[in-house]
Amino acid sequence: MEGMSTIVKRVTPLLAGLIFLYGIYIILHGHLTPGGGFAGGAIIAGAFILLILAFGSSALNLKKEVAGSSNTESIALLMVVVLALMALLFGTKVFFFNYLPKGEPGELLSAGVIPLYNIFIGIEVAGAILTIFLALVIFKEESSK
Amino acid sequence: MELTISIILGFMIIGAIYALHAKDLLSAVMAMGIVGYGLVICFLLLKAPDLAIVQIVVETITLVIMVAVVLDSTREELAITLDRRAILQMIAGFIVFAGLFYFFILAIEHLDPLGAHTLRMSETYVNGAVELTGSVNLVTGVLFDFRAYDTLGEAVILYTAALGVLTLLRIKGKK
Amino acid sequence: MTVYILCFVLFLVGLYGLITRRNLIKIAISLSIMEFSIFLMLVLIGYIDNGLMPIVDPGLSAQVYVDPLPQAMVLTAIVIGLATTAMLMAIAIRLYRKYKTFDIREMKNLRG
Repeated sequence: MEGMSTIVKRVTPLLAGLIFLYGIYIILHGHLTPGGGFAGGAIIAGAFILLILAFGSSALNLKKEVAGSSNTESIALLMVVVLALMALLFGTKVFFFNYLPKGEPGELLSAGVIPLYNIFIGIEVAGAILTIFLALVIFKEESSK
Repeated sequence: MELTISIILGFMIIGAIYALHAKDLLSAVMAMGIVGYGLVICFLLLKAPDLAIVQIVVETITLVIMVAVVLDSTREELAITLDRRAILQMIAGFIVFAGLFYFFILAIEHLDPLGAHTLRMSETYVNGAVELTGSVNLVTGVLFDFRAYDTLGEAVILYTAALGVLTLLRIKGKK
Repeated sequence: MTVYILCFVLFLVGLYGLITRRNLIKIAISLSIMEFSIFLMLVLIGYIDNGLMPIVDPGLSAQVYVDPLPQAMVLTAIVIGLATTAMLMAIAIRLYRKYKTFDIREMKNLRG
């Protein structure tokens, strides 16, 4: 897959950085404002897809990238399960129990484990979407040879 | 409110019919974008900003993937031939449609009219949810506390789909 | 009631495409349209007139909020819809490489 023109290549890194930052904001404020892990993860994956479309697949080592995104996704899903299992050690012994202190509603550091779930679900969604996209790009590259 | 959503739904239906009848696959995929982005506006009007954010990003990524597949293969739609089998399929389809429509009309008699929903099921999810979960956003509270098993299942399905795509596209087919 | 009926008409358009089209891409589009109509139906059922969006302001006392339960369910369903569409696209491109066509009837004839 070829990259695009010089103008696109100059503008895209600036935009992709801002989009990535916006995705992180959406994930971290998931318990206060609209958004959360699913929306933020999809936005982060969108930033990476924008970079790949602008610079073309020749600029990166695709096999390594897909292994990396696939591993990230697996580890994030494992962390969600570990966080849920840790609830069996503290307080009321219920799977998915919110065992951290709740804090003041409306503050950034509140709601116990919900922000942590948001972060790991966000990483998992971003990794999954990126893996699917990279697999399609690799298939296109290999079949056009 | 009902009128606005009806007008947007009308546009979505026209876009859907065009998407199914377009001669060019690329314009069919683009016409599906009308349906998806119309849905975003409906979500915003129905006070569901979480869904609007997710839908607008997911629709864009879906369009990118579909356009990539169409440009990689062929853009031409198959010639539609009206042979005996196609006509039989259409007749059977319209009989099924008439039956489904009849049962739907029967079913919406028991539904609350638009805007008069009673919180029978989710009263406990709204009242006192902030004290129970600590999350100000009620959707996140439902998603990660009251119904966390659903979220876990969803994450596992997404993981399985990614593995499935990797398996489908990375193995060498036999000649 | 009109909105519910229009929503169901959108579903029927998707179903019509699913049973009459032979092109794999068109079948994927029909499935997506059916999905969209069902998301809209679920959110419409949870809407309350003059209800606030489901984000609580701790300062204010009791308010009427839109039902958050259908919204949370639809949120997961949208992401699953993306996964299934991507999976269908992967199957379609794989079959195109093997048979050089998107026609499902041709594929049945060329089996093997």
